[in-house]
Amino acid sequence: MAGLELLSDQGYRLDGRKATELRKFQARMGPFAQADGSAYLEQGNTKALAVVYGPHEMRGSRSRALHDRAVINCQYSMATFSTAERKRRPHGDRKSTEMSLHLKQTFEAAVMTQLYPRSQIDIYVKILQSDGGNYSVCVNAATLAVIDAGIPMRDYVCACTVGFVDETPLADLCYAEESGGVSSLALALLPRGGQIALLQMDARLHQDHLETLMEAAMTACKGVSKVLDEVVRQHLREASMLTRE
Amino acid sequence: MAVDMRLPTVSKTVSLSVSAFDRKDLVVPGDVITSDTGFMRGHGTYVDEEKLTASVAGEVQRVDKLICVRPLKTRQVMSPKPFNGEVGDVVVGRITEVQQKRWKVETNSRLDSVLLLSSVNLPGGELRRRSAEDELTMREYLQEGDLISAEVQSVFSDGALSLHTRSLKYGKLGQGVLVQLSPSLIKRQKTHFHNLPCGASIILGNNGFVWLYPTPEQQDEEAGGFYTSLEPISLSDREVISRLRNCLLALATHKVLLYDTSVLYCYESSLQHQVKDILKPEVMEEIVLLTQHKLLEQEG
Repeated sequence: MAGLELLSDQGYRLDGRKATELRKFQARMGPFAQADGSAYLEQGNTKALAVVYGPHEMRGSRSRALHDRAVINCQYSMATFSTAERKRRPHGDRKSTEMSLHLKQTFEAAVMTQLYPRSQIDIYVKILQSDGGNYSVCVNAATLAVIDAGIPMRDYVCACTVGFVDETPLADLCYAEESGGVSSLALALLPRGGQIALLQMDARLHQDHLETLMEAAMTACKGVSKVLDEVVRQHLREASMLTRE
Repeated sequence: MAVDMRLPTVSKTVSLSVSAFDRKDLVVPGDVITSDTGFMRGHGTYVDEEKLTASVAGEVQRVDKLICVRPLKTRQVMSPKPFNGEVGDVVVGRITEVQQKRWKVETNSRLDSVLLLSSVNLPGGELRRRSAEDELTMREYLQEGDLISAEVQSVFSDGALSLHTRSLKYGKLGQGVLVQLSPSLIKRQKTHFHNLPCGASIILGNNGFVWLYPTPEQQDEEAGGFYTSLEPISLSDREVISRLRNCLLALATHKVLLYDTSVLYCYESSLQHQVKDILKPEVMEEIVLLTQHKLLEQEG
């Protein structure tokens, strides 16, 4: 896509954002009553639904149980109608399996699993509409769901994808940018301590640029954490009002 | 057939008073509660670089030197997540597995509970010796999927519960309706078995599982709690049970503590509505308000 100009001379992107601007967040905690925790998150046009069950007794093969901590079981799936071309398999293909594994690794770093030996925590995330940054939206939605379930975490996990165009890092890529041949990087961060839960990049990037890109990713993640924080606090206030009555 | 349809509505935003905005006791994961080292670490907190930090979102509770964070919604009141039973708690559970000399029971807790063959009353009285045959015929007493009521006998070191049914009031549950609610809604009481005057009985399990069943006429002592009547239940009884079930759901949605009086008052308040209408949000609100008024009157 040589003709596509990802960053205009005036410093605006395809969808009119500035380079470091995040997309609009819309979130709801606890849309489901049946699950232990649930959350719905829209980040621009990417929409994700996360559901958390547990901790509960190991389901399936009991041999997977760990004697000193809980097992986190993640499943990532995309609705068949989530992409422009209809998907054949909502989950279980290679990409989804890999994504599930990444989610699992991310949350093992953040959830205090050692409090629940021999148990299992299930995190299911579904993409309802896909417009870039699927991994990061999933992580952010799942974080809200885990908090809603009341499962102890060290900190929020905030994720963001960052791309590199014309010597400028772009925060929170949308699909057009992602597919436009940008070298992008996905980062999941525990913002308060600045610990990295997951870092993923499968494109080529000059070594000299990595520093700036990481810097931009960290800032973007901290921006995400502010938004999530506001969502959680708002939810807390509302919920505490209800229970006070 | 008339179908009741409603459009999706924006959920009512609770008007937040000023006091709610500057409540200092609400924390989110990662918030530092105090950097003073003189405090003790309770549930929902951890120590990060000598600072006491919250690990769940909720209210900070301070008892002397102990600091806990109580999450607003979990399966259990105080501790993070599920039902953590205490000795003497009444639970309702479902058999998930039959093992050597024991049954595994799903009780809404972190790990499945255990019901030992030696802690049940087998048919034929209390003094019966347990033989190898009993071990082989365990599935005849209780099989996978059966519901039981039991009492917590002890808690294992890993938090799993050991149950017993050594009383005639416990045992296998027959015909009835199970309602799964949050354990924090069940009020702790002297007895959790109630024969409600409206014609049905209720077991309010401490684990949030509530069992509704028609009031039994006579208890069969010989069966040892494994006999289940398969007699057809009359329509009126079934209606009462369905009404009670919807009442429980209404009370649970509005976070009213459940015990015999609140359930009964809710049942009485709902009598002017049809059973199926109780679940409509506006009817629910009306009934719960009425119930709360009655409860206040009774207290005051």
